[in-house]
Amino acid sequence: MLRLEPRPQVSKLWTYASPVLALAITVLIGVALFVLLGKDPVRGLQAFFWEPIKSGYALGELVMKATPLLLVALGLAVCFRSNVWNIGAEGQFVIGAVCAGGIALLADKDTGPWIVPAILAAGVIGGMLWAAIVAFLRDRFNANETLVSLMLVYVAILVLGYLVYGPWKDPMGYNFPQSKTFERVTQIPKLIDGMRMNIGVILALLGAGALWIFLARTRAGFAQQVSGLAPAAALYAGFSSRRALWTALLVSGGAAGLAGALEVAGPMGQLTPYVPAGYGFAAIIVAFVGRLHPVGMIFSAILMSMFYIGGELAQSRLGLPKSLTGVFQGLLLFALLACDTLVAYRLRWRRAAPAIKGGA
Amino acid sequence: MESYALLFGSTLSAGTVLALAALGLLINEKAGIINLGAEGMMLCAAIAGFAAVVHTGNTWAGFGAGMAVGALLAGLFGLLVIWLNTNQQATGLALTLFGAGFSAFAGLGYVQAKLPELPKYAIPGLADIPLLGPALFRHHPLVYIVVLLAIAMVWFLYRSRAGLVLRAVGESPESAHALGYNVRGIRLAAVMFGGAMCGLAGAFISTVYTPLWVEGMVAGRGWIALALTTFATWRPARILLGAYLFGGVTMLQFHLQASGVQLASQLLSMLPYVATIVVLVLISRNPAWIRANMPASLGKPFHPGS
Repeated sequence: MLRLEPRPQVSKLWTYASPVLALAITVLIGVALFVLLGKDPVRGLQAFFWEPIKSGYALGELVMKATPLLLVALGLAVCFRSNVWNIGAEGQFVIGAVCAGGIALLADKDTGPWIVPAILAAGVIGGMLWAAIVAFLRDRFNANETLVSLMLVYVAILVLGYLVYGPWKDPMGYNFPQSKTFERVTQIPKLIDGMRMNIGVILALLGAGALWIFLARTRAGFAQQVSGLAPAAALYAGFSSRRALWTALLVSGGAAGLAGALEVAGPMGQLTPYVPAGYGFAAIIVAFVGRLHPVGMIFSAILMSMFYIGGELAQSRLGLPKSLTGVFQGLLLFALLACDTLVAYRLRWRRAAPAIKGGA
Repeated sequence: MESYALLFGSTLSAGTVLALAALGLLINEKAGIINLGAEGMMLCAAIAGFAAVVHTGNTWAGFGAGMAVGALLAGLFGLLVIWLNTNQQATGLALTLFGAGFSAFAGLGYVQAKLPELPKYAIPGLADIPLLGPALFRHHPLVYIVVLLAIAMVWFLYRSRAGLVLRAVGESPESAHALGYNVRGIRLAAVMFGGAMCGLAGAFISTVYTPLWVEGMVAGRGWIALALTTFATWRPARILLGAYLFGGVTMLQFHLQASGVQLASQLLSMLPYVATIVVLVLISRNPAWIRANMPASLGKPFHPGS
């Protein structure tokens, strides 16, 4: 029978090959799904993997959607590497967007361009504060961070709902639940004329660089990871696990908040109930598929962005529901986790050993 | 008074949803496995149950479909975490993300669908007692069954041999393995039972509790059920108690809204989520409470022969 044997050393090859194999499995299941639904699988694959890269404009859209995913994933990587299970990035994203939107709403005709840094700072601070609740409750009361951060996602979405249905509702908005459209001056500067992607891309790439330096070159980054991998060793070395917890949550909250600010003062331009687009959850997949490594996450953010755009195209071109995106995202993570087994184990074909009868 | 009877009655229904899922997750966790996929399994079961009722007209067929889907997804999760030793947290999360997407995808054609009218449940004689009748005796049978289930579970876990084995597997899989028990098989069975119960809870939501299908309609109840197992420090009777408490909080917001409290509905809707956090904090601050009953190997992988 087939059995798994622990490898003496983790496999370098499979560390890199496993995400590729996982993607291949997801694509295969996708093709099967298209056939099952009576759609042309070639057109389906084109929608997901060719159309998002076939023109300059398409590439710009691809990068625009990858930006928040990468930013959030970078923060989550710090969390996951230190074994802090923050899965409420979606809530931190939303509160970041709310705080940034609050500043953007203050702007009027005479406001100077200084408002943009203020908007971004508000997003970062908002996200940090929301994550700080999780850190505080974990640190002070030992409350499970997975559940607390997740509950705060629902609360954050309701806060946004309260504001756009209530105090911040645009009086001229025909009763739609949305804020006023922000003044032009609040718009995050675009990178290239005629495209929607903005300087957020630069910030995300700088973030990836900063993360790489932090993890690979600083003592704090090392301490952060030891706390996650071997809490006992961290204690022995004098690394504070409290410090690691707070660092992880503040960094990831800030990154998610920044992503929220960039979205709301960028492509959205106003607060609506559609701010939560699931980036916070998709970023969890980006982080894992990217191996919690800055460079890996750049690739996986682009891949996940393809899934988003492909889902929209599959809707308009093939008449398939947009929620296909979520199905593929979940499948990819499943496949990756399964394939990752090969990093630490090898498959061996072995005849079943005769069972040794033991006393029960 | 009338409205209090109604509040109490609806609390029982809301609590039933949470109790079903949390009791299933309890067995699951007693075997040492934590499944963060509860929300995803409940969503998939909710649409499966809803679709089954649309096509058969029978609520119990809907429950069956929900349980089957829940058990199937849990089985997939179980294979990954028990045989391939994948990280339990990440795999559960993958299941929730997949379930959210898949249920939205599968449910697209059912958004406008209508369910056949539910029969009126009333226990003859008792249901006509003023106040007590509407509060206690006009419920779907499942509302009573879940109480029996909790009692059965207490007996199973603490009075039966099989329950002892299950707890041994969750406390010390190495010892259970050495004694000759099939740790993996027992864990898979426990995980699938948990999935079936989450599935039943999901189907109950979409066919009885709010008989309609809306994307994401489980609305975090899977997560609240997970929190409930901690809140109850892994004791079935406390799960039941906690479920009604949370059901009451959920219902209180509708009650306050109806009674014309001057607060935005969104702020009232935060109540169940905030209450979950508050209760988690209150329970977690005392590590002794948690440690007393938490399965010692909860969340830790086990593979024999290494």
